[in-house]
Amino acid sequence: MNIIVCIKQVPDTTEIKIDPVKGTLIREGVPSIMNPDDKGGLELALRMKDMYGANVTVITMGPPQADLILREALAMGADRAILLTDRKFAGADTLATSYALAGAIKTMDYDLIIAGRQAIDGDTAQVGPEMAEHLGLPQVSYVVDAQLTDHHSLMVKKEDEECVQTLEVEGKCVLTVLASAYQARYMSVSGIMEAYSREVEIWTADKIEVEEEKLGLKGSPTKVFRSYPKALKTPGELHEVSEEEAVELIVSKLKEKHII
Amino acid sequence: MDLKAYKNVYVFAEQRDGVIQPVAYELLGKARELADDLGEKVVALLLGHQVREKAASLVEMGADEVIVADSPELKDYLTEQYAQVLYQIITANKPNIVLYGATTIGRDLAPRLASRLRTGLTADCTRLEIAEKENEPGEKEFRMTRPAFGGNLMATIICPNNRPQMSTVRPGVMQKREKETGRKGTVTDFQPQFDRSKFKVKLIGKVKNNAANADITAAKVLVSGGRGVHDKAGFDKLQGLADCLGGMVASSRAMVDAGVMDHAYQVGQTGKTVRPDLYVACGISGAIQHLAGMEESGYIVAINKDKFAPIFSVADLGIVGDLHKIVPMLTERLKKEMAE
Amino acid sequence: MDFSYSKTEELFLQMIRSFAENEVKPLAAEVDEQERFPMETVKKMAKLGLMGIPVPKEYGGAGGNNQMYIMAVEELSRVCATTGVILSAHTSLCMAPIMENGTEEQKQKYLPKLASGEWIGAFGLTEPNAGTDAAMQQTMAVDAGDHWILNGSKIFITNAAYADVFIVMAMTDKSKGVKGISAFIVEKGFPGFSIGKKEAKMGIRGSATCELIFENCIVPKENLLGVMGKGFNIAMKTLDGGRIGIASQALGIAQGAMDETVKYTKERKQFGHSIASFQNTQFQLADLETKINAARFLVRNAAWKKDNQLPYTKDAAMAKLFAAETAMEMTTKAVQFHGGYGYTREYPVERMMRDAKITEIYEGTSEVQRMVIAGHLLK
Repeated sequence: MNIIVCIKQVPDTTEIKIDPVKGTLIREGVPSIMNPDDKGGLELALRMKDMYGANVTVITMGPPQADLILREALAMGADRAILLTDRKFAGADTLATSYALAGAIKTMDYDLIIAGRQAIDGDTAQVGPEMAEHLGLPQVSYVVDAQLTDHHSLMVKKEDEECVQTLEVEGKCVLTVLASAYQARYMSVSGIMEAYSREVEIWTADKIEVEEEKLGLKGSPTKVFRSYPKALKTPGELHEVSEEEAVELIVSKLKEKHII
Repeated sequence: MDLKAYKNVYVFAEQRDGVIQPVAYELLGKARELADDLGEKVVALLLGHQVREKAASLVEMGADEVIVADSPELKDYLTEQYAQVLYQIITANKPNIVLYGATTIGRDLAPRLASRLRTGLTADCTRLEIAEKENEPGEKEFRMTRPAFGGNLMATIICPNNRPQMSTVRPGVMQKREKETGRKGTVTDFQPQFDRSKFKVKLIGKVKNNAANADITAAKVLVSGGRGVHDKAGFDKLQGLADCLGGMVASSRAMVDAGVMDHAYQVGQTGKTVRPDLYVACGISGAIQHLAGMEESGYIVAINKDKFAPIFSVADLGIVGDLHKIVPMLTERLKKEMAE
Repeated sequence: MDFSYSKTEELFLQMIRSFAENEVKPLAAEVDEQERFPMETVKKMAKLGLMGIPVPKEYGGAGGNNQMYIMAVEELSRVCATTGVILSAHTSLCMAPIMENGTEEQKQKYLPKLASGEWIGAFGLTEPNAGTDAAMQQTMAVDAGDHWILNGSKIFITNAAYADVFIVMAMTDKSKGVKGISAFIVEKGFPGFSIGKKEAKMGIRGSATCELIFENCIVPKENLLGVMGKGFNIAMKTLDGGRIGIASQALGIAQGAMDETVKYTKERKQFGHSIASFQNTQFQLADLETKINAARFLVRNAAWKKDNQLPYTKDAAMAKLFAAETAMEMTTKAVQFHGGYGYTREYPVERMMRDAKITEIYEGTSEVQRMVIAGHLLK
């Protein structure tokens, strides 16, 4: 079985702080990490590899520095790594990104494609389903469990707001996975030792099946009109008092606000 | 693409088991405003099986027209079935704008369609507006604003050259209109043509996720816990307070990731957006991702040992102290108060 | 020499940091409080290959270097010094002497199981009457034809209660003094070998430090490690390597205490200002930060020399001396910066202070390190 996992390098948004004076984002010193849901997706692929035996390929679209998360994926147990990098991809929104990824995947042999539900920098959850459509494959999003059945279909569990659904998927498909369902493994020491002696394949736009005008900024229907730091709410009152006083304070405020 | 040929504001009226979801009404409220600004109509799309009678409620909540696709194939939501029907309706009717709830259904369906229609989609919008174009006075433009970078940044997105312009909106963000009993609108039936060869996903069954049953977005009072609550026993204390206030418990991402609480209770960027009348944040430091999901609450009380915790920057009332002592004491005190 | 991290080392650091933070730190207070050996952590480390970092691949190890091994000890000790010393004793004191002195058969028999973490290693030199004066060994090994018979006892043995393989020093010829000491590989199940009482300690309380008792213990002939009569050299060379591990442990403790102190002094307000804004705080922290970094370079220098097969006895002694004293100073000051809270178990700095003390004592006290350094300087 050949599994392709789409991963993305993202800034660790939990480490981003706002300059209190200028109101701008402080991105300096913010580490770049493998997107958590994507890492969950890689974990699912590696568990399938452990269980059924599979060849796991990771692919990312990004700048040359994205090499780092591919090395990490190799050290975790991936078999092959591809970096899709080209100036022509720059400025892509989710539609153009999913189109480029699909264009690369079209040239490959695969049985299953896994992606993270969403990336923590954009939080759109769009690339997986959009890519599935470009490839003409069915999709299941919000996946928390996937097993192969004995007649070679996939039995997938997906979580929505109220239920856990069980779905059976026939043939190739795209799954998008929640990080919380797949606690990712650590890189192994021997995996780390080998990570930099293995090959990361560099693919540019001419190597994949795409029409150039559908790539990057040109191929993106949405444009950022403007962006700005979020306005901060003015803080209320803060008290450092005894527990008894704290309780009285809360009760009196709740009364004053007619909450109780 | 003749942009002028695309007219009207469409709302995907999500239903589950025949029940129209609250987010559909919220979207109709916003769609009404947008359509009025544009001088266009609001059209609701209702897909399902034996759901036609629900169309009236959509009219009462602001739709001028309801297009109903009723078929056994549409009883439960499945991506391809729904995508085929919506694609047919959209290509036949050429809407200007289509809005979806940013639910697990909307966030599965909308990108699938955006890709099929080759148009733009903006996810999880918190603000939608019609504004005058900067360089072309008199020309109108649809602007969609959403949080990015984990809520650290707001981005306003436009979709200038493709139609329809599509966005998803989180439940609880937009305000629904007052119900207008007897409001008139048209209900049109749409007969979908299914290409069944594309149906590769079969629903085998669904089990109510007990934890997921808890809809924290509907609660008037939320007592929410973070890392400082430590464990299940800590959440029991919070539950006591929540019971006493007629509310529910909720959780930060930290405690969901730690496996202490179920994802259904999670507030924040990757969880739910809530706006209860009262939000009591216990032992939550207040990462920006968490604040993004709760800062619109009516009244926020925060209890935290660390007086520099960012949660205090959004709290109306901040208490520096040990929640493990204060919460049980407060619960006892409130019980006495209620008894009086 | 170049002390910047290679890409491989960077990747390793990313892994070990997140492992320490997510798997080790949450247990640290409990391991200390309950004096509990964190077996679950050892099993997790084994699965990742952390129990055999510098062991070559042909012996089942990860094929890493000593730089990576000391990074692991530092990062583990930064959050839990007990876990740090478990790895250090296992690697430096048990696997290293087998790698350096073992026969091919001994390497094949012991290294794969040790490197995979299936077995845990320990080392026995110290005796009730032979501490710093290690030459005063009283444990005897008698040649009984087809096997050795060991009698005596060892004390303060790290990992003892959970170890499977022990490197043990014993006198094979009392008349020759230090030249009559030989090294043996002793397995847990050998007849006549037992584990004695567990010490109640001030710090590193989870490390299962016990006595080893040999009562007519039968050790197979082939378990003599290295040449007969060269045991003292083996022990001293093993301790040279071990000191790099302990220096890393001390460095980790110091760094951990610094992390806590930086966080606390920024948060804690007195007289209306954070205590980090006071110049006294700033100057003291600046000095301590400088010392921690100086210690890190001494440690990396010693590990680099070991990796490159250069003499490193003096370098290891300097690294351990300086790192241990820095750890003690940093943790003592960390408690002081935390004030009354620092003295309570609500904050980890009191544990770090208790843990730091041992680094000035074991694998050669600071006085021994000075003797070693002076000996090289004045020879």
